[in-house]
Amino acid sequence: MNLDLTVIMQVYVFVLAGFVGYQVVSRVPSLLHTPLMSAANAMTGISLVGSIVVAGMDRGTLSSVLGAIAVACAAINVVGGFLITDRMLKMFKSPDQKS
Amino acid sequence: MSGAAADAGFLAPGVREGLIQAFYLTSSILFILGLRGLSSPTTARRGMHQASIAMLLAVVGTLLHHDIVRFDFIIAGLIAGSLVGVIIGLPLGINIPMTAMPQFVAISHMFGAIAATIVGLTEYLALDARPSAPVMVALSFEVILGALTVTGSFMAFGKLQEIITGKPLTYPGQNFINLSLFAVTIGLLIYQLVVPGQPELFLLMLGIAAVLGVLMVLPIGGADMPVVISLLNAYAGLSASAMGFALGNNLLIVVGALDGASGFLLSILMCKAMNRSFTNVLFGAFGGASAAAKKSAEGLTMRQVNVEDAAIQLAYAKQVIVVPGYGLAVAQAQHLIREVAELIEKRGGEVKYAIHPVAGRMPGHLNVLMAEANIAYEKLFDMEDINGEFARTDVCLVIGANDVVNPAARSDPSSPIYGMPILNADQAKSVIVLKRGTGTGFAGIENELFFDPKTAMLFGDAKASLQKLITELKAV
Repeated sequence: MNLDLTVIMQVYVFVLAGFVGYQVVSRVPSLLHTPLMSAANAMTGISLVGSIVVAGMDRGTLSSVLGAIAVACAAINVVGGFLITDRMLKMFKSPDQKS
Repeated sequence: MSGAAADAGFLAPGVREGLIQAFYLTSSILFILGLRGLSSPTTARRGMHQASIAMLLAVVGTLLHHDIVRFDFIIAGLIAGSLVGVIIGLPLGINIPMTAMPQFVAISHMFGAIAATIVGLTEYLALDARPSAPVMVALSFEVILGALTVTGSFMAFGKLQEIITGKPLTYPGQNFINLSLFAVTIGLLIYQLVVPGQPELFLLMLGIAAVLGVLMVLPIGGADMPVVISLLNAYAGLSASAMGFALGNNLLIVVGALDGASGFLLSILMCKAMNRSFTNVLFGAFGGASAAAKKSAEGLTMRQVNVEDAAIQLAYAKQVIVVPGYGLAVAQAQHLIREVAELIEKRGGEVKYAIHPVAGRMPGHLNVLMAEANIAYEKLFDMEDINGEFARTDVCLVIGANDVVNPAARSDPSSPIYGMPILNADQAKSVIVLKRGTGTGFAGIENELFFDPKTAMLFGDAKASLQKLITELKAV
């Protein structure tokens, strides 16, 4: 296997991002674990990025149609995920904000 | 690149690439800040706004990609997906109860994973004859994890929505079959590294991973489903990371890794809260009724109480701890418990809420449900913070909770929940349990607390019982 510099850099990025993720997420109180799960769910919609490239590439209709389906699926994930997370977080109120 | 001389596009390639990377880097930072915001309820909403801006920047940056030559399919996909996303997302919180959250997360994962799998597949089919080994490994992991998440999430959704039975489905040799299938998948991956260019093997690998997703979730009971959903979240994240490796896209790698870390961490935290090991949850087929645990109920009777007496007990209590469980949420009685609490507080009593980490169907699920009823989060206490207080509590009001207050977790080594940290409700001076019937809890285990002489049972639908309690409390 010829590991070129790009791959090594990618592994660096992956490991460091995972480490940052662990540090940040371990500070989330259990109070907010359900919103966290929902937020993480919205973020998995990042596959939208790859889907957009596939849908917009010049590789024939089949590839573009598959890409469009992927874009739609990822968008459902993103839009639905963020909407729900926000609705949930809106409900967390401290006493002084209470109506 | 000498200068920013305009070429065929509206931006010189160098400038364009720089711009994309600037968008991606900003997006990555905003995603991390967004997750950071979730460390406190006061900053959480702002954090999620940052995360959604990050997602927007990611999309804008991607649209500048030099390989993109047509936008019609992208726009069609974006519009269709956003519409469906809004249709799914908006009603939840208006008329669909928050109890449906886990199902929603599961089905939403499925869509994200479908996207990742399709991208991996089309990328593979477009490859030239001899892809480099790293690209091949990345694409394989993308579709394996993607396909596994698609079918696994769908199964989790089906179990939680009760389309499929929530009980664990087991058969002899189950773990052996699953492990063998996993080994075959990895074997196919390695074989393709040696002999590349066999699309049918790639598809077979994808297919086996999809089957594995179904088989993996089958033996897991409804009570353990949140662990699975969180784990699938991690898989979906890693699938996105793999996509990033294959496409040479750092943003995908970063966000995928963030998701992977969060998913694994949450599933580990959940397992810890139930005092079960990861492998036990995944291979243990827990969640069905166990015959051994039933014996403790024989020859014992529950003491019933009427609403009037319960109301008087609550009215004169100095400190009341409410232990809400999933049953409360199912009965949609969160708002009523707030009213009860307000009436007790008006009479000078203090009311606190004890939230067990695995109460509900997701970690922190009950917190969301209580917040929905406008109960201030300062009054919601974690298990460690409140367990010392039960001994000085006059009345512990258990509503629709069962396993999280079962003393068998402390005393009975034969109980399936033995060792799970529980709320010390049995230490309170008196206990009132609101319960629908005499049945067992989600884990199918009999609860000694209900037979304790100081425990009074108030049978009936939680909503109806609380309604009556409110009327009585007003009259006291």
